[in-house]
Amino acid sequence: MPVNKIYETCDQAVADILNGSTIMIGGFGSFGGLPINLIVALAKQGAKNLTVIANQGGVGFELSKRIKPDGYQDIGILVQNGQVRKFIGSVPALGGMPPTSPLEILYSEGKIEMEVVPQGTLAERIRAGAGGLGGFYTPTGVGTRVEIGKEKRVINGREYLLELPLHADFALIKAHKADTLGNLVYRGTARCFNPTTAMAARTTIVEVDKLVPPGEIDPEAVVTPHLYVSRIVEVPR
Amino acid sequence: MKIRLDEQTIALRAAKEFENGMVINLGYGMPALCANFIPEGRTVFFQSENGILGYGSLGVDEEKDYELINASDQPVTPLPGMCFFDSAASFDMIRGGHIDLVILGAYQVSEKGDLANWGRPGRPATGMGGAMDLASGSKKLMVMMLHTTKEGGPRIVRQCTFPLTARNCVSKIFTDIAVIDVTKEGLVLREVAPAWTAEDVQAFTEPTLIVDKDLKEIEL
Repeated sequence: MPVNKIYETCDQAVADILNGSTIMIGGFGSFGGLPINLIVALAKQGAKNLTVIANQGGVGFELSKRIKPDGYQDIGILVQNGQVRKFIGSVPALGGMPPTSPLEILYSEGKIEMEVVPQGTLAERIRAGAGGLGGFYTPTGVGTRVEIGKEKRVINGREYLLELPLHADFALIKAHKADTLGNLVYRGTARCFNPTTAMAARTTIVEVDKLVPPGEIDPEAVVTPHLYVSRIVEVPR
Repeated sequence: MKIRLDEQTIALRAAKEFENGMVINLGYGMPALCANFIPEGRTVFFQSENGILGYGSLGVDEEKDYELINASDQPVTPLPGMCFFDSAASFDMIRGGHIDLVILGAYQVSEKGDLANWGRPGRPATGMGGAMDLASGSKKLMVMMLHTTKEGGPRIVRQCTFPLTARNCVSKIFTDIAVIDVTKEGLVLREVAPAWTAEDVQAFTEPTLIVDKDLKEIEL
């Protein structure tokens, strides 16, 4: 674990991400909870052939104005740049939006691979990866196309599917506050996928609204313990 | 004159099912409106997949706090005792049977209560989000939907043709013209919109409906 985890800029924090890496991205999908500055830095950095694991596939800047009037960047910018080879998530594109997100366009053109995973199964696969488990059995998806190719098992009279863990080379997450050791607290529903995602990568990079000295976060209130965090960038929003 | 109920009115009717003390998850789109129609004198607790329990009614877009939203990306109002948790914990609640009532939107519901609510023709990249987990884990699942497609075809069908969310999971359906229970015997028509008859509703419904002997106008 690095002793000094503080990076001055998001650009520096993502500089060593290699082509072909698997990247997990926290948040739920929209503005709150998404590590937007790290995503934009990765778009500038240009690593290609990435596998991206995240809840939503991003709507892209144009459609984001329907969510936040001045718009914002999301995973769509990585897709649009042609940096993403495969996307794994629960909502690659939003059914309530026009079919013009970068991911939906590239997928329709056959230029990107996709694995659609129920949201609870996604969270649990990430947690299994984080916690060293070989997988788990879930009732979610039984009797649907999600069960195709999966081991099915009856436990206590109910059918379950075997789901396997997910790991990443890098996790990009957003928290509200970090101390310089990397203990994290979140704000409101911006927590969502961030704490689970933080635990499942070899290198976890967090952008935070506020950086404080150790001791300033109540130990009883820490959500992500610092050993999971490798790099911290303070980007006030 | 036969009038179809608007979304707010369907939400008002669906929310009548809220019982005191229930933990309730409201799905993407139309069901989220139910948060504004808790029957007077009842206390319920709304849970949303993105990690929140105990929010109040929907908030105002102009004052949106992007870190206080439901899973439909709508602002919600904070209430004393509200709490936050991560997605894995949220789906423990959902899969583990800790949610009393789930109301979801639907493209199609079959006469056996199969639900199809996440994929439709021409949209290859949409996903199921949390719907499959909600459908497999909730104690009770109800659906809010328009009774017919834009072209006037039925959404309540013998067999779903759209990709399934889960089988045999729906117990009650609220539409703009009817309230229907899914039972072992089949679909039971309980309520109709003002001026609609059972025959009118049947004409827009693929499976044969069992008409409740106490059929009444939708209670608002």
